[in-house]
Parts: sequence; structure tokens; C-alpha cells
Amino acid sequence: MVETKAGKSKGIARRKLLGGVAGAALGSGAVTGFPTIWAQNIRNVVLRQFGTGVSNQNAIAEKCKEDLGITLQMTALDSDAVTQRAVTQPNSYDIADIEYWICKKVFPAGVLQPMDVSKIRLFDKIVPIFTTGKLTPTSTIAQGTAPNTVGFVDGPGSTRFASAPTQWFTMIPTIYNADTLGIRPDLVGRPIRNWKDIMDPAFRGKTSILNIPSIGIMDAAMICESAGVIRYGDKGNMTRAEIDKTIDFLIQAKRAGQFRAFWKTFDESVNLMASGEVVIQSMWSPAVTAVRSRGIPCVYQPLEEGYRAWGGGLALAKHLRGLQLDAAYEYINWYLSGWVGAYLNRQGYYSAVLETARQHMTADEWGYWMEGKPAQGEIKNPQGQVMERAGAVRDGGSFEQRMGAVACWNAVMDEDRYMVQKWNQFIAS
Amino acid sequence: MKGRVAALALASPLALILLAFLLVPIGTIVVVSFFDYDSVRMFPAFVWTNYEELLLSPITWKTYLQTLWFAAVTWAICLAIGFTVAYFLAFHVHSALMQTVLFLICTIPFWTSNVIRMISWIPFLGRNGILNSALLSMGAIDRPLEFLLFSDFAVVLAYVHLYALFMVVPIFNSMVRIDRSLVEAARDAGASEWQVLRNVIIPLARPGIAIGSILVVAVVMGDFVTVRLMSGGQSASVGLMMVNAMSLLQYPAAAANAVVLLVVVLLMIAAMLRVVDIRKEL
Repeated sequence: MVETKAGKSKGIARRKLLGGVAGAALGSGAVTGFPTIWAQNIRNVVLRQFGTGVSNQNAIAEKCKEDLGITLQMTALDSDAVTQRAVTQPNSYDIADIEYWICKKVFPAGVLQPMDVSKIRLFDKIVPIFTTGKLTPTSTIAQGTAPNTVGFVDGPGSTRFASAPTQWFTMIPTIYNADTLGIRPDLVGRPIRNWKDIMDPAFRGKTSILNIPSIGIMDAAMICESAGVIRYGDKGNMTRAEIDKTIDFLIQAKRAGQFRAFWKTFDESVNLMASGEVVIQSMWSPAVTAVRSRGIPCVYQPLEEGYRAWGGGLALAKHLRGLQLDAAYEYINWYLSGWVGAYLNRQGYYSAVLETARQHMTADEWGYWMEGKPAQGEIKNPQGQVMERAGAVRDGGSFEQRMGAVACWNAVMDEDRYMVQKWNQFIAS
Repeated sequence: MKGRVAALALASPLALILLAFLLVPIGTIVVVSFFDYDSVRMFPAFVWTNYEELLLSPITWKTYLQTLWFAAVTWAICLAIGFTVAYFLAFHVHSALMQTVLFLICTIPFWTSNVIRMISWIPFLGRNGILNSALLSMGAIDRPLEFLLFSDFAVVLAYVHLYALFMVVPIFNSMVRIDRSLVEAARDAGASEWQVLRNVIIPLARPGIAIGSILVVAVVMGDFVTVRLMSGGQSASVGLMMVNAMSLLQYPAAAANAVVLLVVVLLMIAAMLRVVDIRKEL
């Protein structure tokens, strides 16, 4: 009892003292690297994180416990379940690990709170896709729910997205990537260059697209535009007429027997490809790796029209305050500090702050994953399994080549409800 | 008076369980089916839009017809298989021990999970699967049969594999209760095997057939996993419609669909019970 009291008063004293120091430090501009304010108390904090992406990675929770003492309780769910839980059970989590298009749905429900960017030490180093929307000052912002369009709100209590960066950031990016079609180079028998190639009659009964409406519709849009069926105003926010035309095109293809199956989960896509049921299909990058690791050739084919990108981030629950909120900021700052970034980059994803991640990777790893250079030695995943041998080059090339060629982002549309009705019609037809 | 209290006391545990875990949830579903909703939340209300959108959409009708068709085909095949197996066990296997042993063998597949039994069909039926490879190497076909997997055929096959036992058990149960002297009497009266089957055994096995039919039809009508996995996501079912709606947070729409499905299945069961009065014949 006595001891706890002593501990507390000490904590408060430290806080006062450090407050002064931090103020001084702010003035001098050297904010980074000051000792953790709540270091003593934070060790006992438990943060409940749930979501789709990085919440699947227990190694991050273990490392976090080791470095900060914060206990992360991770729960992994699929994106539909995440959306549901984020909105309907806002007190069941402290940190939501969600995708940007989910953020567009969930943030307006008032269950999350924005972060104060002044408390995020490496905010300026975050890849500008997530702040200004432009990878380089000259790039154009892709269609769809681009992360910068839902990245900021007007104020601490606001649920309205701001059109330009403000001090209030909705989500810290975790992982993101550029998706395209996966192919079996040994079975397609010809070069694949465009999204429309999936509709080639030569591949009748040997193709697949994913049956998650909000993502599948984007792949469909890339295909339709490539095939010259339709030219969209904004693929990420279609009009009813555009949706009708897209779905009609899909229904025709389905009736003609173009598709072998529609997949909904990662393992389904791996099995379809590995078993030779399909030779060209929508795919996610780790699925391509999984097929290749079975010794089956599989290429994540770059296409002329560009990539469909996606990204996820960590958002803070509205109910977080006091010590827990401080711990959450501490966690986020740790998250950007490099170890996690390198860990994620090594799995073929991209991370939020590249500069710090680089410090935790070897030159060969950095060259292979980020610069599109041939591997010098074996490239291993974080578990130590060999992913690629010397000489291998990443499909699609460097970070700039891949993320610079994004045509659209996963999106949620204004006509969402209508789109889903039509999508169901396509599946039922 | 004392008897009444005892009877009430005896009935109350089950009554309470049914109330808490059956009536209250169903009541909730009915209430929610009238709620309004947007893309993330639902609002208490009393609107008919969920039912209107459901019943006025041609997709709903198509999906219900598709599901009914699956149920009918599965039912017919399960009945044929179930009846034959039960008939063999009950009338052609004479020792009671052997009957028990063979009956247990029928249940062995049920020792593994439904999903695993279903998924194991996928590598078997696939384009480069075991069956196609075998047929190709035997020269029976010159290109893989594609209809085997991710098709309506695959869905019905999986249903029959999964649910045929639901038909075997009650029919077998009814058949072993048939008084053998009735069969003998029929034979003595000059009935052929076929006549015995038609005029004695089938009428007396009707309660079993009805119970098996109810089980199979009810399970198939509510299924969504089998359809999704075995059709490769290319077919729809009523259950899948609900899953899709729920995954988009459209709970009231899913609830309305659940209520409609419940009514449809109850009507089907009522129709079956009109044909066979289970309680009278048990």
C-alpha cells in the first residue's frame, strides 16, 4: 500500500518535471527521444486491439511488451466483422486496426477519436500518400477512398473529414500495398499486360475474382475500363448507371462460363491458384508468396492500367483517456520507430515511415523489397523462411514504381447499398 | 392439485429454456426485421421497407427457388438412399448384433466435422483432382470434367453426403418397430415382395420418412457454408443472402429474410405433417 502511494507521487513529480522539460524541448524543436512520461505506469497498461491486418501478427505484440511493457491483446477478424464491431461495440476495444475504406464508414459513427499530430514524433516522416495524398509533389491522387481523403478531421471532437491536413489525424498507417492480378506463368501461355486479359476467352473457366463486394467491384472496374466497356468518372464512387453497366458485364461473363469460382478468403485464393483450377485471378500479395513457397510458379503481374491499392491503419477508440490514451500514443510512436516497419516490409507490405524501417533492414533486404533490385543473397521472411533466392527481383519493381502507379484505392461508395444489391444479383445470376 | 403442481414443476425447466433460448431470440428477430438502418447502424422503427425490398426483388425469388430446388433434389436422393439402406439393415440383416454394427458403421463419417467432410471433396473433384486424374489415366475421358467441382452438382453431392444419415436413422428406427408378423401375414396372403413393400412397409415407415424429410429439408433450407464452398461462390442460397446482408451491417434486412425463411420452412413442415401424422403413428 505504502509502496503504491510512493510510486504514484513519484510519477506525478516526474510528470511535472518532464512537463517543464518537454516545454523547453518543444521550444528548441528537439522533441524526439525524451524519456517516457508514464514509463512506470505504462508497463501495466493493457490495450485491446482488434482488426484485420497487423492484428494478425502476434510478434508485434510480443515485441511491444518487451520494449514498452504495454500488453497488446490482439483479436483478428475479417473486414466485415471488424466494421460491425467497431460501430456496434465501441467499448470492446481500445485500438481499431481498420482499412481506410472502413474508416470512411466507421469514423462518422463517432466511436473513434482523432490523434493530435503534435504527439506523434515521426509525423513528418510518414509517407505523404497518407497526408497530402501525393507520393511525390507531382503525382496525382488516385481514385477511390484515397487515405488522405479520410486522414484528417476538423477538430478533436469532429467526425467530419477535412479536405486538407489538420492537426487531427484519424489513423496511423500500418500496412498498405498495391494489388494486381496473379497469374500462373506456366499455364497462361502468353504475356499478360492488361486487366482485360482476365476476360480472354482462352481462359474460359479458369479465372476468378474475389467475392467481397467493396473490393471485387474495384477489380471489376479496372477490368471494365481496360476492356473499353466503360469510362468511369470515379471508379471509387460510381453512379448507378456505372454500377449497372459494370455488373451487367460481369453477369454476361459469368453466364459465358468465364469464372471458375469466386473466392472470399486468402486460403481459397491460394488453393485455387496452386491446384491449377484458375490461371489468372484477383490476388493479394501474400497469397502469391504462399503459392510460390509451394514451388509453383506464380507472378504478381504488373499491368498497364496500374494497381488497385489498399491500406490499413490504427485508430483510437473514443473512450480512451488518461493513462490509457498516453499508452496508446506511446504505442503508436513505438510503432513508427522502425522495428515494426522493417518487420512488415519483410513480408512484402509497405510501412508508414520508411526511413526508420530502413535502419532495421539489411541493405540487401532494402534493395529487394523497396528498390526493386535483384537480391544479392537469400531473402528471408520474419520467421526466417527463405522467400526468394539470389537474383530474384520483386514483381512490379520498386516502391515508387508500384505505389506510384496506383489507379484507385479500395473504396466505399455513396451508392454502396445499391452496389451491394447489384453485386448479390451477379452472384445469384 | 398436487398433481398439477408437480406437472408444472416438471415442465417448467424445458419451458424456461425454450422461452429464453427460442422464443425470445425469435421475437427479437421479428422486432428487428421492422427496424430501419443505414450503412453502419440500425434504428428502432416500424417500417415495412425491409419486407418490401426483399419480396419485391426478383433476386429473392430466384434465390428461394434455387434453394428449394437444392432442397428438393437433395431430399429425393437422400430418401432413395436412406430408404434403401434402412430397408437393408432392418429386413436383410437378421442378427441384431450385426444390425447394430452396420448401423454404427453408417455413423462413422459423423465423427469428423461437417466442414472437413465437405472440403475434402474439393481436391478429389478438382480439375487436376484425384477423380479426373484417374479417369484421364484410364483413358475414360480425354479432358478433365469441369462440372464436378464448383457447380450445382458439387453442392448436391455434398448435401447428400452430409445429410443422408439424417434419413437413414429415423427410417431404420421406424422399420425395426414393424411387427414381423404383419410381413409374414402379407406373404401368407399371397403378396409379392413389391406388394409387401408398398402396402405394408412403406405405410408403416411413414413417420420415419417424415421425420427424416423434415430434418433434411430444414437443414438444406438454412445452409450457406456448403453452397458457398462447393459452388465456389457461384451459386446463391437464402442463407448466403442473409450472411451477405449481415456482413454489410444490414441486420434488419437479414432479420426480415430470416422471418420469411422461417415461415416458408414452417409451411413446408406443416404440409409434411398433414400427409403424415407423426404422433399418431409413432
